[in-house]
Amino acid sequence: MLEREGELGNEGGRVADTLAERQNGALASIRNLRVWFELRRFGFGHAGYVRAVDGVSFDLGYGEAVAVVGESGCGKSTLMRTLLGLHRPTGGQVIFEGADLSTKSKAAMKWYRSQVGYIQQDPYGALPPFMTVERILSEPMLINGIKDAAERRERMHRALEEVKMTPVEEFLPKFPHMISGGQQQRVVIARSIILGPKMLVADEPVSMLDASVRVEILKLLRGLQESHGLAVIYITHDLSTVRYFSERILVMYAGQMVEKAPIGDLLRDPRHPYTHALLEATSDPDAENATRFKDVPPGEPPSLVRPPTGCRFHPRCSRIMSGLCDKEEPPDFEPAPGHYAKCWLYR
Amino acid sequence: MPESTLLQVENLVLHFRTVKGVVQAVDGVDFDLAHNQAAVVIGESGCGKTSLARAILRLLPRNVQAYSGRIRLNGLDVMALGDEEFRRQVRWVKISMVPQSAMNALNPVIRVGDQVAEPSMVHHGLKKADALEQARKMFEHVGVPEDFLSRYPFELSGGMRQRVAIAMALVTAPDLILLDEPTSALDVLTQANIMNMLKRIKQEMGTSFILITHDVATSSELADRVVVMYAGQIVETREARRFFNEPLHPYSKKLMASVPRLRGDVEPEFITGQPPSLIRPPSGCRFAERCPERFERCAEEPPMVRSHVHAVKCWLYA
Repeated sequence: MLEREGELGNEGGRVADTLAERQNGALASIRNLRVWFELRRFGFGHAGYVRAVDGVSFDLGYGEAVAVVGESGCGKSTLMRTLLGLHRPTGGQVIFEGADLSTKSKAAMKWYRSQVGYIQQDPYGALPPFMTVERILSEPMLINGIKDAAERRERMHRALEEVKMTPVEEFLPKFPHMISGGQQQRVVIARSIILGPKMLVADEPVSMLDASVRVEILKLLRGLQESHGLAVIYITHDLSTVRYFSERILVMYAGQMVEKAPIGDLLRDPRHPYTHALLEATSDPDAENATRFKDVPPGEPPSLVRPPTGCRFHPRCSRIMSGLCDKEEPPDFEPAPGHYAKCWLYR
Repeated sequence: MPESTLLQVENLVLHFRTVKGVVQAVDGVDFDLAHNQAAVVIGESGCGKTSLARAILRLLPRNVQAYSGRIRLNGLDVMALGDEEFRRQVRWVKISMVPQSAMNALNPVIRVGDQVAEPSMVHHGLKKADALEQARKMFEHVGVPEDFLSRYPFELSGGMRQRVAIAMALVTAPDLILLDEPTSALDVLTQANIMNMLKRIKQEMGTSFILITHDVATSSELADRVVVMYAGQIVETREARRFFNEPLHPYSKKLMASVPRLRGDVEPEFITGQPPSLIRPPSGCRFAERCPERFERCAEEPPMVRSHVHAVKCWLYA
């Protein structure tokens, strides 16, 4: 463990000097990130690219929780997998503590992965069915060279206590199928924090759970984030849960970030027409809902193989300005301090 | 009871045999539904919502231990019908269903147009060309482009497949459609579009709906009445307008309080504990163990307390 940190210290330190000022102490910086997947015809002929992530930039501060919101197929999972080091960027950079991921050695990547916890969407699918909770929690520690069994046991206890699975001894010998969905998700969370990461990536952590358990898990995550000073990227399609969880919200559409703003600002004063639509589509339980129709754009998100020219939302947008929105891609405008919208309305 | 009652369910019971024992999935359920009304059935997973739908449509697995009670549709006692009569007279003619996952509802090797046309051929005896014409009309209703008729399910997005499954349920113009989590796998915008479409169909075609969901917020999009299920039983039935403002049963209150809200500043709460096993449900009130308002009487089974606007199974109101 110590050796590895030393290794990175050498490598990370060099790059950090040059990038430190520009980043203002961000834990992670994503710079104009592009992740494209090549499509092949008959197994070899080139047939274009799926532009899953296409020019995404944002910073994540130490201990900050941001939510990435978007519909399926908008590229949020690809973004997440790239942050976890599972995809190589086609272009742009992921900078973690001052060092560009793409320049990292294999050993440094292993260290990086120990610094980034991952909470999967489907807890049952994320837990090997033939391993006990004890084994599941030991695995990351064994892989990352925590050789002392006493230390492993101690960390395991601490992690399970933190996710409120007590008495710990009772849960350790259990297999995933023997515990409830909420408890499975707690084990996944315990596993993600057991190496003491600086950042968590949570991919729809509560969408598979029952409403009554959902809030409990969100509160637990929020508590962990605050007590450990963890940076969290919370990926979701459900706007109604984000404000209990994060400070900033990033709205993705068709591989790009169309709006970035602090949560209160975004809910009070959404700027991008797509964000408007998302808010309009999200219901609160209210009997009045049944009496009115929602004003939501028809159609579906575009193909990422041949995305629309100009603004990618223009074919569905009610406020389209012909000749501009369908021709030129809008840059990020800043209609209010710290509130960015990729929309020509704010030029 | 309103005179335009479409469906009356009395003391419906559906128990399954399993290796661990008898699962009491639906255990003495009563409710009724008027013409052109939408009732939503909400509850946590495993509370028996889907089994209730299957019991109404008599889509039963092999391991049924007990299936009894009374279901009247337009005054006709459908429980008295034999299986073949039920298939000819009720299933898809009077009541149809949109199952939980639209992908699994569609046959992957048959064009979607043919699949939507099939019920008209089987139940109305239409010729293929006429049935396809019917299917085309239904596609228009649910907002699927006409040229999708000749496509296969894998060529359609999730939202489009869901619309096709709804078209298939609509094509025979049934009085009642059972919707089992019709939008839970879909994105918010698609979800909103589909709820808009269902509202329009309800207005234009006068169809009644039973919407089964665990998503309380979305359920309010269609609900005239709310039916809350817990551990195989109905614990509250109430007019939507009243329910969403002021649920009565302690479980309904907890369930409503657990819904995260986009607007307003209410912190959501969670319900401690877990629902009881349906194999050996507790005697007395099944929610008592998790209930913040429990008192001595809760050890006995609470009665269904009825007024003309609501029914609630709780000693607090007895």
